[in-house]
Amino acid sequence: MGEVLVLVEQSDGAVKKVTTELLTLARSLGEPSAVWIGPGYSDAAAAVLAEFGAQTVYVAGDEAHAAHPVAPGAEVLAHLVGMKAPVAVLVASSADGKETAGRLAVRINSGVITDAVAISADLVATQSVFGGSTVVHSTVTSGTPIFTVRPNSTPPVAGAGAAVRSDVAIELSDAAKKATVTGSTVATKGGRPELAEAAIVVSGGRGVGSTEGFAVIEALADSLHAAVGASRAATDAGWYPHQYQVGQTGKTVSPQLYIANGISGAIQHRAGMQTSKTIIVVNKDAEAPIFELADYGVVGDLFAVVPQLTDEIGKRSA
Amino acid sequence: MKIAVCVKQVPDTWAEKKLRVDDSTLDRDAADGVMNELDEYAVEEALRLGEAHGAEVTIVTMGPDRAAETIRKALSMGADAGVHLVDDALHGSDALATSYALAEVLGGRGFDLIIFGSESTDARMSVVPAMVAERLGVAQLTFAQKVDLDGTSLTIERVTDSGFDTVSATLPVVLSVVEKINEPRYPSFKGIMAAKKKPVETLSVSDAGLDAAKLGASAAWSSVVDFAARPPKAAGIVVVDEGAGGVNIAEFLTDQKFI
Ligand SMILES: Cc1cc2nc3c(=O)[nH]c(=O)nc-3n(C[C@H](O)[C@H](O)[C@H](O)COP(=O)(O)OP(=O)(O)OC[C@H]3O[C@@H](n4cnc5c(N)ncnc54)[C@H](O)[C@@H]3O)c2cc1C
Repeated sequence: MGEVLVLVEQSDGAVKKVTTELLTLARSLGEPSAVWIGPGYSDAAAAVLAEFGAQTVYVAGDEAHAAHPVAPGAEVLAHLVGMKAPVAVLVASSADGKETAGRLAVRINSGVITDAVAISADLVATQSVFGGSTVVHSTVTSGTPIFTVRPNSTPPVAGAGAAVRSDVAIELSDAAKKATVTGSTVATKGGRPELAEAAIVVSGGRGVGSTEGFAVIEALADSLHAAVGASRAATDAGWYPHQYQVGQTGKTVSPQLYIANGISGAIQHRAGMQTSKTIIVVNKDAEAPIFELADYGVVGDLFAVVPQLTDEIGKRSA
Repeated sequence: MKIAVCVKQVPDTWAEKKLRVDDSTLDRDAADGVMNELDEYAVEEALRLGEAHGAEVTIVTMGPDRAAETIRKALSMGADAGVHLVDDALHGSDALATSYALAEVLGGRGFDLIIFGSESTDARMSVVPAMVAERLGVAQLTFAQKVDLDGTSLTIERVTDSGFDTVSATLPVVLSVVEKINEPRYPSFKGIMAAKKKPVETLSVSDAGLDAAKLGASAAWSSVVDFAARPPKAAGIVVVDEGAGGVNIAEFLTDQKFI
């Protein structure tokens, strides 16, 4: 079976859930190898990669790889594609992931398909486009196929791998070193699942009204072990940090359950949540377009409905 | 300083988008064309940088004849000149082909800064700016929510999953911006009148010295096997809260096994 390269997404050295999904998917296409960029590779990371089936882990652990955005990952992958001739390269559909895939495609002159939600054994990718209204199947026709895959599209399933470490030392090109990361500012609140990866997302919009109002949204989220999201109206007003914005210029989420509270359903918001499996809406305006997407909707004041729901979940899960 | 802004004409944001049955490309005639929303922010940022530091702002677009409207709009906002790459041979170009054509047109014109919107509302790939940077071998500063130019040193806040990274480079730079960066201006009446006299250079594939074999649908590095409209979602249940709205949702969630 041919090798499938999977670029690891990590946060402070911890392997992200999306990588375990990609390794699971890679096992249906060939033999997965993980690719780790930058310092911080640890036994704990190796254990996760092994658990989900990585046979080899290529580690490009040089500090310099983390000091420059995007380009180093593309150069390491291009080097590995040249050496190993894999059947495909899988990258997560994050901003960094898509850009890495794009630069890699240019470097190795291969086709790239972004935002795949499935890939068949014969490398046909499924994409859900135009806000989920159209399903497209496509293939890469030239070079080594590169796919970026949406988080939450493949349930992660363990499958033992050896995770044999293989160090990769390459000299970055001058072009890759031209942009330098000089600082990193974290603005997220700890303790909840990451928005793009969460199975359940509870969002608030302009209807939440204030920073304090978001306590109601957070309480519901915590009762469901969910991530919190927000519309642009709420992030622009400063009620919730920008990192939690869902939509065209925020995160694209595709959870099992999305609960939209006090959100009208502008097209830019829908673009980021329309492919959620089940959608619940709470809005006091029965005409709000978001109701078109609802599997279950309540026309009412979120400050009455949401706390009652949180209480009821508490009772039912007790 | 010389700034280029790459803009794209896309179907109106609210219009229903469809693929064409004959060649699986986006049906651009089915809806009005507008400037990709995020590109308005790119134009605005170019104009602001120009106002603060002195710059000539050139709008570059690749697209059919009517994409010229999009150049005009940017000129009426205040940009100085336009370049329109238009040729039937470009139809159906994918991101790799688009980045090739743009990089060829942009390279050699001595731009210090090339600005993009971070994503187009139709293709939503977010890869062209990075691809153009890779092809031109210049620094990539993308997904900027804030830009600070000091002499020839450009520093941005790059939006990340958990906050932002501060990233710097020396010009020339390929920059892409998100909508948090500014509030785009509306063209003024004076701006609209002035735009009529501003120069727009029209280039064909051969004018631009492009290799037609690398362009268009036949040259694409990927191809559509088939596509289908997803059946519209069955209408859900909507109830009016009469005091038990929260309990109603909890019941639904229990039925669906979320609780
Ligand atoms: C380039 C661009 C990019 C954009 N990107 C995004 C994006 O990524 N994400 C995004 O979300 N938006 C984005 N937008 C903005 C988008 O167009 C909308 O303005 C925004 O989504 C509106 O947010 P909202 O639904 O919270 O607010 P509104 O549209 O004001 O809706 C508020 C809703 O709350 C309801 N409400 C009020 N009070 C209550 C209450 N007490 N109980 C229940 N319901 C109540 C109202 O009935 C109303 O339906 C973008 C816009 C542009 C131009």
